[in-house]
Amino acid sequence: MTVSLSATAVAAIVGLPSGAALAICRFPGRRPLILLANAFLGLPPVVVGLALYLLLSRSGPLGMLALLFTPGAMVIAQAALATPIIAALAHRAVEEPWQEYGGALRVEGASRLRSIRVLLVIARRSVLTAVLAGFGRTISEVGAVLIVGGNIAGYTRIMTTAIVLKTSEGDFGLALGLGLVLIGISIAVSASAFVLWERS
Amino acid sequence: MKLRQFFPLLLVALLAGGADAADPQSIILVSTTSVENSGLLAQILPVFTKETGITVHVLAQGTGQALQTAARDDADLVLVHDPEAERKFIAAGDGIDRRQIAWNDFIVVGPRADPAHIAGTHDAVAALKAIAGAQAPFVSRGDKSGTDALEHRLWRVAEIDPAKAGAGSWYRDIGGGMGAALNAAQAMNAYTISDRGTWLSFKNKGDLAVLVEGDPHLINRYDVILLNPAKHPVPKQALARRFAQWLVSPEGQAAIGAYKVGGEQLFHPSATAPK
Repeated sequence: MTVSLSATAVAAIVGLPSGAALAICRFPGRRPLILLANAFLGLPPVVVGLALYLLLSRSGPLGMLALLFTPGAMVIAQAALATPIIAALAHRAVEEPWQEYGGALRVEGASRLRSIRVLLVIARRSVLTAVLAGFGRTISEVGAVLIVGGNIAGYTRIMTTAIVLKTSEGDFGLALGLGLVLIGISIAVSASAFVLWERS
Repeated sequence: MKLRQFFPLLLVALLAGGADAADPQSIILVSTTSVENSGLLAQILPVFTKETGITVHVLAQGTGQALQTAARDDADLVLVHDPEAERKFIAAGDGIDRRQIAWNDFIVVGPRADPAHIAGTHDAVAALKAIAGAQAPFVSRGDKSGTDALEHRLWRVAEIDPAKAGAGSWYRDIGGGMGAALNAAQAMNAYTISDRGTWLSFKNKGDLAVLVEGDPHLINRYDVILLNPAKHPVPKQALARRFAQWLVSPEGQAAIGAYKVGGEQLFHPSATAPK
């Protein structure tokens, strides 16, 4: 749960501004980047897991961080999966208001950073959806976290990897129960995001 | 606002991850799915941790993958059950100080209807020949685990190449763990080979039953191996050695022997008299 929320937070911090930047800034390589963000919507989790495993392994290039088989590695994996989703959706969300208000912002002499902030606020409904979509990816994901987390009991075992384990033990009752709790958490997070939204 | 609310959580998670990785009092044991799924480690590790203050994080992988993980320096010691692969691991200079800690046995399980008529026999090789002869469904782990290695040794003794004889029909290589193989066998009314520990604690037996047991071929030995510091300067060598020594000590052996499921002892301690 903390893993998924942290990963979503990282993905939002990276994904939202970069998605918005893709919508309003003009620079070489922008189109390929947009294409990439959209293509990575379908980034296979096991491949992300494997690549990270090789990077973080003690005999890999980032081995000295000693991150493999820790919750930190799981956050990185999930953030890598959620960032393209949030960036691609943020890009879509900001495109339209940019066409509408872009002129005004330019007249006002707003900096690009300020424009990004203003536009993200204008498009906040779609932005919330983008973040929730990212969260949906992180909380339902199992392939990558199983590889880089190792499913260590009480340490890197999370709901989805526990469900895989319980299924393999033939304990379908508990596996299904955990599944229902997971769906419940997902609903609760979405619901509370919307409630907080209505209040603010 | 939302970002700011999430931020502390993020910091906590990253710090927790980093802090624990640097925790001098924890080691990573890479072990087999059969040891983990049987519940043995969950039973004995708290005893060790209470005695020494050392936390043992358990990774459950097939023996082949486990040795690979250790060879990449990603674990501090291994507990596996494939003598052939272990000998190679040690010969390659990766492991030292192999000690047998316990044994139990493998069993051939299958549907009660038993189309290959092997129930009650005590010859695993003959049983595999009968299964192949009857072209009865057989689930293979196919994951280079210790159990998978044993299965392939038995086919070699039987002089049958099951992949050639039955791939795509009766021989079903699922590429999964022991639990997954038992689930598959249960669903397909198929035979399979399991370690007794996983079988006893498995909860979806359905129509499956133990059909062949008691063949000396079916002995299942569990060994603990330390990493060779000359090749793998893992920082926690001393802690890993302490755990390995505990496993073969009278206290460790007693804890292993005391683990029972449904009144049946799952692992027979054998540090003093290796099988």
